Amino acid sequence: MATMAAPLEPASEPHAHELSFVKRYIFSTDHKIIGIQFLLLSLVGLFVGGLLAMLMRWQLGFPTEPMPGGGILPETMAPGGILLPEFYNSLVTMHGTFMVFFAIMPLLVGVFANYLIPLKIGAPDMAFPRLNMASFWIAVPAFVLMVSGFFVEGGNAGAGWTSYAPLSANPEYTGVSAGQQLWCVSLVVLGLSSILGATNYITTIVNMRAPGMQWFRMPLSIWSLFITAILTLLAIPILSGAAIMLLFDQTLGTHFFLPPGGGQPLLWQHVFWFFGHPEVYILILPAMGMVSDIIANGSRKPVFGYKSMVYAIIAIGFLGWIVWGHHMFQSGMNPLLGTTFMVSTLFIAVPSAIKTFNWLGTMWRGSVHFTVPMLHACAFVAMFVIGGLSGVFMASAPVDIYIHDTYFIVAHIHYVLFGGSLFALFGAITFWYPKMFGRMMSARWGYAHFFLTFIFYNMTFFPMHGLGVGGHMRRIYDPTQYEFLQPLQPINTFITISAFLLFATQLIFAVNFIVSWFRGAKASANPWNDTGLEWTTPSPPPHGNWEETPTVYHPPYEFSSPLVEEDSLMQSQRLEQPAVSQAER
Amino acid sequence: MSWLLPPGVSTFAGDIDRIYYLILWITGVAFFIVEAGLIWFLIKYRARPGRKAHYTLGNNVAEVVWTAVPAVVVIMIGVLSGGLWNQLRGRDAIPDDAIPVEVRARQFEWNVTYPGSDGEFDTGDEFTTRNRLRIPVNTPVVVYLESEDVIHSFFVPAFRVKQDVVPGMRIAVWFEATVAGDYPLECAELCGNGHTTMGGTVSVLPQEEYRRWLTEQNQTIAAR
Amino acid sequence: MKRLLLPAVMLLIGCGGGESGGAESAGGEEAASVAPLGTAVLAGSVNLTGTPPDNPMIDMSEEQACVDAHGATTADPVVVANDGKLANVFVRVVGGLPGGPYPQPTQPAVVDQQGCLYHPRVLGVMVGQDLEIRNSDPMLHNIKAVPTENRGFNISQPREGMTSSRSFDTPEVMVPLECNVHGWMKAYVGVTENPYFATSGEDGGFSIGGLPAGTYQLEAWHELFGTTTTEVTVADGETATVELSFDAGTG
Repeated sequence: MATMAAPLEPASEPHAHELSFVKRYIFSTDHKIIGIQFLLLSLVGLFVGGLLAMLMRWQLGFPTEPMPGGGILPETMAPGGILLPEFYNSLVTMHGTFMVFFAIMPLLVGVFANYLIPLKIGAPDMAFPRLNMASFWIAVPAFVLMVSGFFVEGGNAGAGWTSYAPLSANPEYTGVSAGQQLWCVSLVVLGLSSILGATNYITTIVNMRAPGMQWFRMPLSIWSLFITAILTLLAIPILSGAAIMLLFDQTLGTHFFLPPGGGQPLLWQHVFWFFGHPEVYILILPAMGMVSDIIANGSRKPVFGYKSMVYAIIAIGFLGWIVWGHHMFQSGMNPLLGTTFMVSTLFIAVPSAIKTFNWLGTMWRGSVHFTVPMLHACAFVAMFVIGGLSGVFMASAPVDIYIHDTYFIVAHIHYVLFGGSLFALFGAITFWYPKMFGRMMSARWGYAHFFLTFIFYNMTFFPMHGLGVGGHMRRIYDPTQYEFLQPLQPINTFITISAFLLFATQLIFAVNFIVSWFRGAKASANPWNDTGLEWTTPSPPPHGNWEETPTVYHPPYEFSSPLVEEDSLMQSQRLEQPAVSQAER
Repeated sequence: MSWLLPPGVSTFAGDIDRIYYLILWITGVAFFIVEAGLIWFLIKYRARPGRKAHYTLGNNVAEVVWTAVPAVVVIMIGVLSGGLWNQLRGRDAIPDDAIPVEVRARQFEWNVTYPGSDGEFDTGDEFTTRNRLRIPVNTPVVVYLESEDVIHSFFVPAFRVKQDVVPGMRIAVWFEATVAGDYPLECAELCGNGHTTMGGTVSVLPQEEYRRWLTEQNQTIAAR
Repeated sequence: MKRLLLPAVMLLIGCGGGESGGAESAGGEEAASVAPLGTAVLAGSVNLTGTPPDNPMIDMSEEQACVDAHGATTADPVVVANDGKLANVFVRVVGGLPGGPYPQPTQPAVVDQQGCLYHPRVLGVMVGQDLEIRNSDPMLHNIKAVPTENRGFNISQPREGMTSSRSFDTPEVMVPLECNVHGWMKAYVGVTENPYFATSGEDGGFSIGGLPAGTYQLEAWHELFGTTTTEVTVADGETATVELSFDAGTG
């Protein structure tokens, strides 16, 4: 099965060391450079998304008060520093859009699929290095298009990141025309980037695994990235199609989603969520996989129930396709469908529980080292549990009647995407940083960043559950306009202050990231004593990754193996006597 | 910050709240088990010199248990929720004797149309109120929702009622209020620049008062 | 700066005509780059014959600030007529003018949202002239312009005292303005290519100045009664009297 694909050897120039700066670092075909390029781009996206959230939080904490420094914004956004409702709607939309499409998704997939897949399966590069380069350089204009929406007449898209039609389909309803069109075009362009990437990841994993790298010897990070790539390949074209239909409705006078011409607004929701729910798993599965790697490393134990974990990833990937209707319980969709979608949705709790308990099982009787990546991974488990459990409320259709479109769902999504994905990402970035840059990130600043983030994160998002339970609608510009929400306003102010602190804390990460790049302690080839193939090559790895293709003899997580004295056994380490891990007996 | 739902004043609010609290209990217990287990393991199994981790690959019994237990629990939640959902939104859920009212949503107003003295719509004797829905207490009401422009969502938290209002569709939602009083009506779906102001009031009137008001309105219409 | 200018602006455009809009003189005297073309004036009044229909009633009961201004229900000032004189008629010169360029008003036209109604209800702007929209109510209004020739806009003003400026680049009579929070709120903006327009006041009177001598076609527009035209000749330095008339039928 596993083959070393000599014929698929990347077509990049053989004389790696003679490449010009531009070819080496800008238009590079090296998966590692492309991964780092995605990292920088998506960290900018993360910053933009966070900044937009801060503006939103100002308005929610201090409604229609002039924002300090807000005077620099143009009159169409915030005259005298007072954020306008239409700008607020753009902030809502763009915060979601940037975080989903230009921060979390490229961080998980663009960065780590690119960086880790060849290194962890023992391949010299991706199957299609030029496609890989294209996938990054297509993402850049998509990013620029999305940002440019803020500078066109009418402002940026303001119909939410879900862009529900007809609000999004007819400029008359929002006053936004060019901004919404840029949203569509940007996502279509970005979609092309994702499709190229996904094709590459799948092909690489299927065809370019090193000798001995059997399917069930792949680390869970690779399994999850593999399933994610399949989801991406199938889901993104649906979004692209939907976005093109929406663009046609806005510009060419079609009526896919506009009832006056016979269109059906619910069609948009069906199509969007048929993409959107797999997308949700695109945003969490790689995080789960990388957290599994980090927890095994931090606990010095093999992942508990490795195969269950693999099957759970596959189950989640499959279930992701048959649950989209749970976003639409109150949409006017036939209520009979509600029952079906409720059942399928509730079942997602099962693989999620399997994963959670296996992570705990991995720590059980382990030897837990509290490294910075490990702390982030533990926070991932702790926070993902909250996000997962709060999802059960929404899954129950009758309860969803009440909490749908309230802050409860805002809390839920942030517990999954920030508490889950982003903590995993902080862990993953810290864990693989030495491999990427050849230097360690400062642990001291790492701890400070972790603890402050953990505290302020929970102060920001946990009270949102209470807002939702109190009936606080999401996406409203000024909650104080409702008498019954006025008693909740102190919570909003508290959340806003916490969010500012949370945002400020991220500066620690940014500074640590940048300073360590130049001043960090030199990293050895294997600073975390891990077992994966990527740690057998120098940090950072040379072009082509290995002088000689490694051969894999062991399962992925042979920590504290009885076969060796040390507490880790490299996947590629050949033992004297023909020893077989218990995992494969 | 409270996990307690505000008081519900419709016939089915109690049923919805019961499932909510059941899920709150179940997830609360699961939360404490997992978080406590996590913290306990992290403390108990922290790295100490001279101790190697216990090499184990898993346990099939444990896997079966933590697959089966959540499965049983979610099936139970699913059955309970499905029954109630059917009761609220199923094909024959709307009581036959429900009083019909039409609510037309538009950016950014709720226009409530009452069928007039003949109880039928489109007969010329209807009358319309803006941003206030008046209904009698202890009487089932069916609201026909229509939108003139974008998607809105008809949300009355006190009744545990939320239903999107979709242009091109006429969606019926019913409820029966149990306590007289004024309750906020909100738009729960982002509908444009004025989304935040798209609120109204549901006035639940004592039956006598409702009849008096209705007669008054019908007479006004008849006099025109 | 804008705040200070406002009273002056109000005076200049003669907004004192009462609640339902006032006579608006052309801003010819204020020309920045082009000198006034003449000193002739067209003045007169708009008459209404027949029985004006009842104005529709507005239900403001659910907006406290509106109720404070008008009571729970108030008549929508669609037809404002006193003693046979019709207000809120947009009168403009549509023919007989020499070619441009015309003097461009330097001050913005102002429409104010007050007591959940637009003041004035009918006004004119020249192409490119700023239309200043002001919120004098302690609540959110949104302002949606739904033109057919121009680019529309849809903006909002969440707080009392906020102002926004917009302009139109193509002549269009009339561009409707509406507030979607208060569905009854309507105003009409006549966008013209010259500064020779006016709106009739409470007394039906209007005045268009700064014209050269000539024979002009005038068009009058009313939101309910449609348009009517007339022709008038005036010499430089003189004031010609124009009588315009709409018929409301027998009610």
